Amino acid sequence: MTWLLLIIIVLATVFIVQIARARELASLVRGEKAEEFERNNFHAGLGMVFVIGFLLTCIVSFIYYIPYLLGWGPNTAASLHGPMVDSVFNTTLFFTSIVFFGCQFALFFFAWKFRGQKGRRAKYWAHDDRLEMIWMLVPAIIMTFLVVSGLQAWNEIMADVTPEEVAGEDYMEIEATGMQFAWLLRYPGRDQKLGTKHFTKIDGTNPLGQDWTDKKNIDDFHPSEIVLPVGKKVRVRINSRDVLHNFYLPQFRVKMDAVPGMPTYFVFTPVVTSDSMRNRYKNYDNWNIPDKQNPDKKRWEAFEYELACAELCGRGHYSMRRVLKVVTLEEYAEWFDGIEATSHYLNNVRGTDKDPFKDVEKGQLDFEQLLAQKEIVKAELASLQEAMAAAAGASLSKMEEAEAKVLAALKIARTTLDVDAAKKAAADAKAATMSVLAQPEPIEAPVMDSVTTNTVSEEQPS
Amino acid sequence: MADINITEKELHAPQGGDGHGHGHDDHHHGDKYQSSFIDRYLFSMDHKTIAKQFLITGMFWAVIGAAMSVIFRLQLGFPDADLSWLQPLLGGWIDVDPASGKGTLSPDFYYALVTMHGTIIVFFVLTAGLSGTFSNLLIPLQIGARDMASPLMNMLSYWFFFLAGVIMFISLFLNTGPFSGGWVAYPPLSALPQASDGSKAGMTLWLLALVFFVVSTLLGGINYISTILNMRTKGMTMFRMPLTIWAFLLTAVLGLLSFPVVTSGFFMLMMDRMLGTSFFLDEIYVAGEALTDRVGGNAILYQHLFWFLGHPEVYIIVLPAMGLVSEVLSVHARKPIFGYKAMVFSILGIGVLSFLVWAHHMYVSGLNPFISNIFVLFTLIIAVPSAVKVFNWIATVWGGNMRYNSASLFSIGFVSLFISGGLTGIFLGNATIDMQQHDTYFVVAHFHTVMGVAAFFGMFSGIYHWFPTMFGRYMNETLGQIHYWGTLITAYAVFGPMHYQGMAGIPRRYYSFDTFQAFNQFDTMNQVITIAAIIAFFLQILFIINFFYSIYRGRKQTEQNPWGGTTLEWTVPINPGHGNWDGPIPEVHRWPYDISRYEDREFVMQNEPLAEGEVDGGH
Repeated sequence: MTWLLLIIIVLATVFIVQIARARELASLVRGEKAEEFERNNFHAGLGMVFVIGFLLTCIVSFIYYIPYLLGWGPNTAASLHGPMVDSVFNTTLFFTSIVFFGCQFALFFFAWKFRGQKGRRAKYWAHDDRLEMIWMLVPAIIMTFLVVSGLQAWNEIMADVTPEEVAGEDYMEIEATGMQFAWLLRYPGRDQKLGTKHFTKIDGTNPLGQDWTDKKNIDDFHPSEIVLPVGKKVRVRINSRDVLHNFYLPQFRVKMDAVPGMPTYFVFTPVVTSDSMRNRYKNYDNWNIPDKQNPDKKRWEAFEYELACAELCGRGHYSMRRVLKVVTLEEYAEWFDGIEATSHYLNNVRGTDKDPFKDVEKGQLDFEQLLAQKEIVKAELASLQEAMAAAAGASLSKMEEAEAKVLAALKIARTTLDVDAAKKAAADAKAATMSVLAQPEPIEAPVMDSVTTNTVSEEQPS
Repeated sequence: MADINITEKELHAPQGGDGHGHGHDDHHHGDKYQSSFIDRYLFSMDHKTIAKQFLITGMFWAVIGAAMSVIFRLQLGFPDADLSWLQPLLGGWIDVDPASGKGTLSPDFYYALVTMHGTIIVFFVLTAGLSGTFSNLLIPLQIGARDMASPLMNMLSYWFFFLAGVIMFISLFLNTGPFSGGWVAYPPLSALPQASDGSKAGMTLWLLALVFFVVSTLLGGINYISTILNMRTKGMTMFRMPLTIWAFLLTAVLGLLSFPVVTSGFFMLMMDRMLGTSFFLDEIYVAGEALTDRVGGNAILYQHLFWFLGHPEVYIIVLPAMGLVSEVLSVHARKPIFGYKAMVFSILGIGVLSFLVWAHHMYVSGLNPFISNIFVLFTLIIAVPSAVKVFNWIATVWGGNMRYNSASLFSIGFVSLFISGGLTGIFLGNATIDMQQHDTYFVVAHFHTVMGVAAFFGMFSGIYHWFPTMFGRYMNETLGQIHYWGTLITAYAVFGPMHYQGMAGIPRRYYSFDTFQAFNQFDTMNQVITIAAIIAFFLQILFIINFFYSIYRGRKQTEQNPWGGTTLEWTVPINPGHGNWDGPIPEVHRWPYDISRYEDREFVMQNEPLAEGEVDGGH
C-alpha cells in the first residue's frame, strides 16, 4: 500500500514535470509575447477568484466558529477583568478587519486591473508625499488609540491587591506550584495566611517544602482541585518547583508564568459559577454533543473549568490538568468546612519525626482544638435540629434563639483563630440547646456525654 | 588587505570571452583562485558561488525542517493513526506496541521535532538560507563591486554555517535525542539535563551549533556592511541603492548588534550546564533532589538575552524578503517602487524599533507589568512603518503593467501573507490581549504567516527572479506557477484555521489535546490542517525538482537582461566569472527605478548617464 502510494506520487510528479516541459517548448514556438499576455490574463483572473474565495471563506468560517471563539457566543469571559481583554481584542479585530479586507482586495484587484496587456503602459508614479503622509498618520492614530485602550486595561488588570483589600472580606489568596508534570495547589486554611516554605525542605511527605515550624502552615491544605467562591477577589501566588510552567485559565483570561525562585501572581475575580456556565453552554449545538471523556454525558454536562500549563516544561507538558470550580458563597463555606481537616500537616506530618510540635499532645494544638470545637458545635446543631423535629410543642422563640446561638457558634468555630472565643460560644450554644431540650416535656435528650465545655475529648476527629 | 588588492588588480585585467552564452568551464582564466574543482565549488571565495552554497544548504535544511513538521502534524491531526511505517526511517522514536503492532510517536520525540523544526527553519533556512544567499549574490552585483570586502571571511562564513549544520545534524542521531525544549531554549528546562532527555547531550550540541552559527552570521554581516558602505561603484550614492541593498544592510546591522547578545546568553547557559554556575537557576527541586548550591540566578534573564536577538531576528528574516519583493514587484509591474524614500525610512525605522520591542514576548513571563507599558507602545508603533510598506507595495501594483510569472506571483503572495500575518501582530503586541493569546495557536498562526511563509515567499520570488543570474538558465514557469498557487492556498489552509484555535484558547506545543475538554474540540480542523501541510510539503518537493532540473536542463538565458531590470546585476554577462564584469565596473548615474519613465523607452538602466537637463528620478 505504502509502495503503491509512493509510486503514484512519483509517477504524478514525473507527469507534471513532463507537462511543464512541454508547455515551455510550446510557448517558445508560439512566441513569448503572445503567451505572456495570455498568462497575465489567466493569473490575474485566478488572483481575483482567489481573493474573493479567500475573503468569503474568512467571513463564512468566522460566523461558523463564533460559538468557539474568545469573547464571542458562549465564550465571554468568566472573570471580572475578562471582558476588558475581550473588548480590546474585539476593538483590534474591528480595525484590523477593515485593513485586512481592504488591503487584500486592493492588492489582487489592482494586480488584476493593471495586468500586462497589449498596448498598456505603466504609469511612472514614483511617490506622492501627501498620500504617504495620510497612510502613515492614519495607522499611527489607530495604533495610539489601541495602545491607550490596551494599556488602560493592562494596568488595571495587573494591579496587585491593596492592603485594604487584603484586610477586607472579599479577598482570598491561594497558591499554585508547577512541577513536572502536575500543579500542586495550596490553600491558606482558616488563618488565611500561606505558611512559609523553602525548596530545600521538599521531600516525599512535603511536596512544597513547607516549614512546619511556621504555625501558619498548620492549617494549610492541598486540595486536588481549585474551588473558588463567586465574586471574591482571588490572588493566586504562582510558583514553580523545577522548570518554567504557566498558570493558564482560558475562560478567565488568566495566564502567568511560574518561575522557580521568583514567585509571580495573578489577581482575578471569578464571576460565573460552573453551574451558570453549564447553563449557558446548554443552549449551543457544539456543547450538545457527547463529551469525549464521558461519552454518556453531553459536553455541557461534563463541563468544568480547567487549569492548564502554557509554557513548555517537558514531555508531560500537555497533561497538567486540574479542575477549577466556581461555586456560590454557601457552597464554598461548606466545601471549606469539609476540606480544612485535610490539612497537610495534620494528616502527613503530625506526630512523625519531622513534626516540630511532637511534644505537644495530639489534639492540643490550637488548630486541632478549633477543629474539635467545630465538631462539637456541629453535633450540637444536629441534635438541636433533631430535637426540634421531635418536640413540636416547644417554644418556638426559644428554639429559634437556641438555633441562632448554635449557628453563631458554628460560624466562630469555622472561622476564628481564637480558641477561647470558640470555646465560649460553644458553651453558650450548649446551654441554649439544653434549655430548649429541657422545656415543657423533657424528651429523650441525645447523647452528649462527650460534650464538655472545658476539655476536648481525644476521640474528636481532628 | 593584500588579498583583496591582488584580486582587484587581477580582476580589472581584461578577460577573454564575449560575455554571452559560454559554458561553465571556459571563462575563468585569469582567476588563480578558481583553478581547481575544490577552489571553485567547495572553498570558493566567489560571492556568487557562496550564495549558491548558502541556498542549496538552506534547501537541504528546509526539506528536513519541513519533513519534521509533517511528522508532528500527523500526530496532531491523526493521533490514533498507526505510524509503524515510519519506523524504518525514525527507528526508536516510534514506539511500537508489541501486541498490536501499532506505532505511535513518543511525546519526547514530538517535542524534539517541534524544537528542531523551529531552530532549523528560523536559523538555518530563513537566516542563512535567505539573507546568506541573496546578500551574497546581490550586494556585489547590485552595488557594482567585483566581490565582497573580504572574500575569505565570506567563505569562512559559509563554512562555519556548514559546521553548525553538521553539529546540529549529528544531534539528531543521539541516543537521548536532539534538544526538545522549544526553539527558544528557555532555562531551567534547557539548563538541567535531569529535567528532560533532550536537555542532555542534545542541548550541548544545540548550543555548540548555534554558537558556530552566530560566528557565521557575524562574519557574513561584517562583510555585507563593509561592502555596502565602502565598495559601491562610482555614482552609487546611498539613495541610488536598490531597496534590496538597503534591506540587506539593515539586516546585517541588526544581526551584528543582536547576535552577540544571545551568544552571551548561550555561553551562560553552557556554564550553567557544565560548570555548575547559576546564572539562570534558583530554588530548584528536580528529579528528587534539591539543587541547594544552584541558587541566586534568574530564569527571566535568559529570556531578555534571547529575545534581544529573538525579536530583531524576525526582522533579520523578513527584511531581506521585503527587499527582494520590492525589487521584483517593481520590475514586473514595470513601475518604480512607490515611495522609495519612504521605503528606506521604513526599513530604518523598523531596524531601530526592532531593538525596543523584545519584551513583548515576555508580557506574562513574570516581568514587572509596568515595564510592559513601554514595550506595548513601541511594538504597536512598529506597525506604522510596516503599514507604510504594505500600502507602498499596493501602490506599486496600482497603475502598473503587471507581468505575471513565478517571481511576480510570489511577490504578490508575499504582500498578501504579510498583510494577514502583520495584522495579527497588532493583537499580540497588545499586552492585554497577549495575556490570553500568549503561547496559543494564535501566536503560531501569526508568526508562521508573517515571518515563516511570507519570508519563504520572498525567497521563492527571489529565486525565480534571479535564477538566470545564478545559473544562466530559467526555472520552469509552469511548475513555478503550480508551486505558487498550491503553496499560497495550502499555506492559508494550514495557518488560517489556527487563528480560530488560538481564539478558542488552544495552547501551542501540546502533544495531545485529549486531556482537556476545553482543547479537544478541533479534531476535524486538525486533520484538515495536517492534510494541507502534507500537500504543501509535496509542492515544495516539486519546487526542488524544478530547481535542480533547471540548473542543468532549464531553458537557457539568451538575453542579458530578461526582465527589463535597471540595476547593475543585469549588466554582467551571462554566467559571469569571478569578478563579475569582463570590462571595467559600470558607473552609476541615476536611481534604480527609471522604469516606464519615458515615452520612447521602457526602462533606463542605472549605468546610463543622465541626458542633458534630465533630473535623477525619485526625488
